[in-house]
Amino acid sequence: MTQIEELVAIGPAAEAAAHPTKAQEVVLEPGPRRVGRARYAASYLARRPGLLMSILWMTAVVLAAFVPSLFTSASPLAVGAAITAPPSWHHLFGTDQIGRDLFSRVVYGSSLSMRASLIAVLVGLLLGGPLGLVAGYVGGPLDAGLMRVVDVLLSIPALLLSLAVVLALGFGLTDVALAVGVAFIASSARVTRGEVLKIRQSPYVEAARAGGARQGRVLVRHVLPSAVEPLLVLAALEFGEAILYISTLSFLGYGVQPPAPEWGSLVADGRDYLNTAWWLTTMPGLTIVVTVLAANRISRAFGRVDR
Amino acid sequence: MSGPVLARYVAARLFQAALVLVAAYTVTFLVLNTLPGNAVDAITGGQATDITPQQLRSLQVSFGLNRPVWSQWWLHLSQALQGNLGRSYMTGERVTSLLAANFPSTAALAGTALLFALVFGGGLAIWATNTRSGWLKSVLLSLPSLGIAVPSFWLGLMLLQVFSFDAHIFPGTGNDGFKSLVLPALTLAVLPGALIASLLAKSLDAALAQPYSDTARAKGAGPLRVQFGHALRNALTSTVTMSGVLVGQLLAGAVVVETVFSRAGLGELTEQAVSNADIPVVQGMVVLGALAFVSINLLVDLMYPLLDRRVVLGGRSTALL
Repeated sequence: MTQIEELVAIGPAAEAAAHPTKAQEVVLEPGPRRVGRARYAASYLARRPGLLMSILWMTAVVLAAFVPSLFTSASPLAVGAAITAPPSWHHLFGTDQIGRDLFSRVVYGSSLSMRASLIAVLVGLLLGGPLGLVAGYVGGPLDAGLMRVVDVLLSIPALLLSLAVVLALGFGLTDVALAVGVAFIASSARVTRGEVLKIRQSPYVEAARAGGARQGRVLVRHVLPSAVEPLLVLAALEFGEAILYISTLSFLGYGVQPPAPEWGSLVADGRDYLNTAWWLTTMPGLTIVVTVLAANRISRAFGRVDR
Repeated sequence: MSGPVLARYVAARLFQAALVLVAAYTVTFLVLNTLPGNAVDAITGGQATDITPQQLRSLQVSFGLNRPVWSQWWLHLSQALQGNLGRSYMTGERVTSLLAANFPSTAALAGTALLFALVFGGGLAIWATNTRSGWLKSVLLSLPSLGIAVPSFWLGLMLLQVFSFDAHIFPGTGNDGFKSLVLPALTLAVLPGALIASLLAKSLDAALAQPYSDTARAKGAGPLRVQFGHALRNALTSTVTMSGVLVGQLLAGAVVVETVFSRAGLGELTEQAVSNADIPVVQGMVVLGALAFVSINLLVDLMYPLLDRRVVLGGRSTALL
């Protein structure tokens, strides 16, 4: 074989022809199963309108958290409009007792609520995950000891634990988020441990260990990646819970300070006007309900975890 | 039944429960002692300017703040083990007597809520497993996920608005009589009710598919008898296992519900205590929550062999009954 021929043989097009990749193999395969990824996703969603709506809603909420001006031109703090005007085309959610546009306050509030929920979920995962990883992988007395600690944390009702932590940290939305996150540590640790126990038994981990890989390497390169998926499912599930807990603590007055608009504190603000202005409590509350429903529906699509 | 096995089982469970309680107390103690301020700040409202250094010193000694943390912990724990949870910073009353005074109101609320949760949640599960209409079943089974997503503080306010302000059916606030209990108990019942409904519906479906249900049907038992005599009895075990979580939820939920409906009780006490940085009261309430959870779980563990005769004790193969 001459040099030129050698070069021709290893050119990318020739290579591709000689070794068809997976995607090409699928295209070459005859029959009705040839459905593109996008079309598969589309038909999957078309059969699940609830999931589709949940995804659209969460996308809108996340967008609103980053770019609130996309959804409303009104300022959440400007007091120009009519006082306690009911919902109308101009003010979708009405206006509050000092003439602020409620829709705009809810839109701008999503950034606070989303950020706090994200912090809470991350705190739970980052503190609880490693605990469960070590407990499940090392096993023995360390596992038993760590799991007793988890049992103790689980014995305290979540909201009461969060209240104690909030009292210790001080009042504010970040403190509330941390406090809710602390209540998630135990379940994150438990789920991670369960997954690690399952993975530890699998042949490829045995193989890695038999091949002489060090403990730390097996843990990080082989066990951890497989545990990530169930942890993401848990995170999605906890996200909905976090929204609820954070708005609850904000409602009780431990979260943001006025006039910042957080969803739970918006409901609390409207509380004194239940008689005269129903929209002040109804609208922010409905937003919470729909957002939590959407988050929970999406997490169910990801899969299930046992806690 | 062998006596010694049972005795050992009970003793081991009691010991474990006590350990968990001590540990829960310790966790809360440590959390609350990372406070940026401390007891003296909380008592004086942080404005310790008009206090002489000597008074400050004697306050610190009185509250044990001059000691190292482990010594403070032991001081508090040994008092707590003797049933003394300290005194409220706000009123100076004993925490135990504050908790005891507020207990009946919250127990009535939580008890009624549990009843509602069992009746509505259980009813929903039974209805959903028995209906032959597919769409009705899916509507019924989607209700629990709605119940889990509704914040109780908001639901309470909505119920207040509709049934109290608009329709004047139930009083909005206060502690007098059963009528004032209905709306708060309904609000509190939604979350546990939703959990009971989804869990029970799942285990009922599973139980009805079991061979013993087929056997019962084959022997001529009607649908009602199969449902209540065989399937429900077995499906209930999974719900009973959850009782500890449910009771913990009811206690924690009372904080929100009693605040919304301005009801006196443990929840309102806790809400006030957190707002006023009244550490001993918060600590007492957390311990009470853990105590409720642990003792209900203990009770369930001890009752388990009676509910499900296949359960064996302490890993031994000797069946209890």
